Amino acid sequence: MAKKVAYMGMLTALAFVFSYIEFLLPINLGVPGIKLGLANLVVIVALYLLDVRWACSLSVVRILLVGLTFGNPASMIYSLAGGILSLVIMIIAKKGKLFSVMGVSILGGVFHNIGQIVVAVFVVETTSLLYYLPVLILSGTIAGVLIGILSAILIRHLKKAIQAEGTKCE
Amino acid sequence: MKKNDVILLAALIVAALAGFGGVSLYSKLSTREPQAVAYLDGEEQGRYPLSEDTTVEIRQTDGSYNILQIQNGKAEITAASCPDKVCVNHRPVGGQGESLVCLPNKMVVEIENGEELGIDAGTR
Repeated sequence: MAKKVAYMGMLTALAFVFSYIEFLLPINLGVPGIKLGLANLVVIVALYLLDVRWACSLSVVRILLVGLTFGNPASMIYSLAGGILSLVIMIIAKKGKLFSVMGVSILGGVFHNIGQIVVAVFVVETTSLLYYLPVLILSGTIAGVLIGILSAILIRHLKKAIQAEGTKCE
Repeated sequence: MKKNDVILLAALIVAALAGFGGVSLYSKLSTREPQAVAYLDGEEQGRYPLSEDTTVEIRQTDGSYNILQIQNGKAEITAASCPDKVCVNHRPVGGQGESLVCLPNKMVVEIENGEELGIDAGTR
């Protein structure tokens, strides 16, 4: 338990820092809302190496922290919608065992964007925002692939590290 | 990377491309070209795009008529059965919201989706 809490603290800090990096270096492609989603890397790693509950709290804590520090209540609602939908879909995808880390990451990226745009449609009350959907599906897919590659590498190495440490402790 | 991942990736890219196609098609259909809309006694009689040169006769049941001519992106009334010929003497119109009116015949031609009109002149 103590070890898990330690991991959890570390991962939360990491996700927080990743969000900050993205906040400092926004990718501007003409359409608002496109980003790599580095923080999702941490959530995926938590999902695979810790468990579902920890990944959930990690994600929510990160969004609240980022919203309170670099964002505003409005951006927090968008992040929360995207983050929760993305997490739920990723959990289902992982449980279904149909996809590898790559597929889970892609689904996470795409549904993060879908969650945000759905909230935006309700807030702004314009369905014409759905015009952005194709762009956001594509950008979510690309981001998902990149994060998926990184996650797969990280999970492989971290698993070894955790196991090695586990044997050392015993 | 599993086979399912590749399928998912392909499906999403296809969905996004289909979405792009749908959006561009939809916006092409919904951006309407400038057109002259003819009304008789407040009821719409016909729509004529300003891009095509045509001549149409707007005739009432009692035999009164107005000849609407569209030429060079502008609409004008070239002949009418009314006594005063105010509509015939009106200059050709093509700007957004401009209209040709024939009161005796209760006929109105209005420009929709036309070019926005600038200010003719100003003073200060």
